[in-house]
Amino acid sequence: MRPASAPRPRQDQERLLVIDPGADQFADYRISDLPEFLEHGDALVLNDAATLPASLRAGPELELRLMSRLDDGTWLALSLGRGDYRVPTEERGAPPVLSAGAALSFGYGLSASVRRVDPVSPRLLYIAFQQQGGELWQALYRAAAPIQYAYLRAPLALWDVQNAYAARPWAVELPSAGKPLRFETLFRIARRGVTLAQVTHAAGLSSTGDAALDARLPVAERYELSEESALRLRATQARGGRIIAVGTSVTRALEAASVSGTLRGGAQLTDLRLGPGSALRTCSGLLTGLHEPGTSHFSLLEAFAPRALLERSFRHAQRQGYLQHEFGDSCLISKGSLSGKRALEWRQAG
Amino acid sequence: MQISGTPTLITGASRGLGEALALELGRRGARLVLVSRSRAALAPIVQRIRDAGGEAHALEADIGAKGDIYPLAGAATALVGPIDLLLHNASELGPTPLRLLLDTECEDLERVLAVNLLGPFRLSRVIAGSMALREKGTIVHVSSDASVNAYSHWGAYSVSKAALDHLSRLWAAELGERHVRSFSVDPGEMDTAMHAAAMPDADRAILARPEGVAARIVALIRSNTTPNGARVEASATGAQS
Repeated sequence: MRPASAPRPRQDQERLLVIDPGADQFADYRISDLPEFLEHGDALVLNDAATLPASLRAGPELELRLMSRLDDGTWLALSLGRGDYRVPTEERGAPPVLSAGAALSFGYGLSASVRRVDPVSPRLLYIAFQQQGGELWQALYRAAAPIQYAYLRAPLALWDVQNAYAARPWAVELPSAGKPLRFETLFRIARRGVTLAQVTHAAGLSSTGDAALDARLPVAERYELSEESALRLRATQARGGRIIAVGTSVTRALEAASVSGTLRGGAQLTDLRLGPGSALRTCSGLLTGLHEPGTSHFSLLEAFAPRALLERSFRHAQRQGYLQHEFGDSCLISKGSLSGKRALEWRQAG
Repeated sequence: MQISGTPTLITGASRGLGEALALELGRRGARLVLVSRSRAALAPIVQRIRDAGGEAHALEADIGAKGDIYPLAGAATALVGPIDLLLHNASELGPTPLRLLLDTECEDLERVLAVNLLGPFRLSRVIAGSMALREKGTIVHVSSDASVNAYSHWGAYSVSKAALDHLSRLWAAELGERHVRSFSVDPGEMDTAMHAAAMPDADRAILARPEGVAARIVALIRSNTTPNGARVEASATGAQS
């Protein structure tokens, strides 16, 4: 499938592949049709993490990508060597080997020191910034750029990688499932009597350019589900409504928050992985991008629909020119979405 | 709304009404992000609030600069969480002494609109999305009686404030169903540096103190009775809608 090579200017025209595992069917729609697939009493859950500019340069030989912020205020970061975003990560030069105590300067008054090196790889560093509070965040926003992607025509600005409803900058890459959602669509969904709720999930790096390291992704990521959101989602469950997660990060957070059997609010770390056969306790459906077989994202989709149906529908999407990656098209996987009238329309359409 | 514990962002907080709003909201326990073009100018205000047991952070940004808005919103929410109270107080008069429209350079009007209209729109657009999702939030626009009266020489400023008032009403019209409130407040004539720049010959004795006006604006924010989208006069004679 082709990647979308730039942020999309007219988000409501983006395509929506609707997959109904109950009916073993799929059909083509537009993202602006999403409200039609949600009903009074359902809930749509969004990841409201804003995207941090997570790429820092300490000279031409060293780029650091912030991966996650730890409880003690230090950061886990990935080092990359010579080259910029036009060079695929796996072809980048080897970064200089750093050891504990190494000082790093990023300009704009931002500096850090290496606290320790992860035993798994010399490229995984725990760093502590020398600045704090407002001084730190201001300098970080000046010194850092959003993480860039080799398949894009031009570098991304900070505003390109934000969802319309984002708040705290916890994610280091765009939680992209929410990118096609405009408020026009969200308000229409809310007016149908659908609860809009949010979790904040610190979506981490999607790729390191190192197969051994990628196999360890995602690293444990923090999320927060407010007590208020948890309450509203439990009420959704109690009245028999469906909970539709927007993005794999929301799915992981909600399923992690309900491992006890009851959905609970709070702030936690999770490295929960979902795949074929995973029992879903909270999420009945998923709005996400189109992910290729073999990726961890695709495995997660297999918790919602059988592999054969996913492969069949994605082959169709490829033939139809759907686009993938951060600014690509969407798919909704939800049981019953194409039953009744809609399935008939689809059969008529061919 | 309750002020204590509320993540709050105030632009133009280094002096005048912005400073007074910061101190009043800080005293009531708001979690404050104070914004100005100079962090150094904010330092003593942040210190006073912290010394009194409050929470305040200083961020440097030019509200009229497009590139400053996302970094400001990101840093602010990183510090205090999703913003529930947003006060657009930063304001640009344009060149002083104030001049006739026929003597106003287009670039001067552009700069005034950038700070007084586009900046508040951009910042609200970044912050109010989360408010709309969470069904919670208040946006306050500091206006002026020049927004409803056409005073000679006040052209650029006056036009910007008239548009800001309407922007405030439009936010209320569009976000009311999501329980987000938007107001504009005419603070009346106050004894501030901005007033002195605009009207250097004014009798300061008859001007309101910004502290008193700030207290009335905070009372308006706390009250749940003001209609969404209202333009409120918070002059010395008392808040009225």
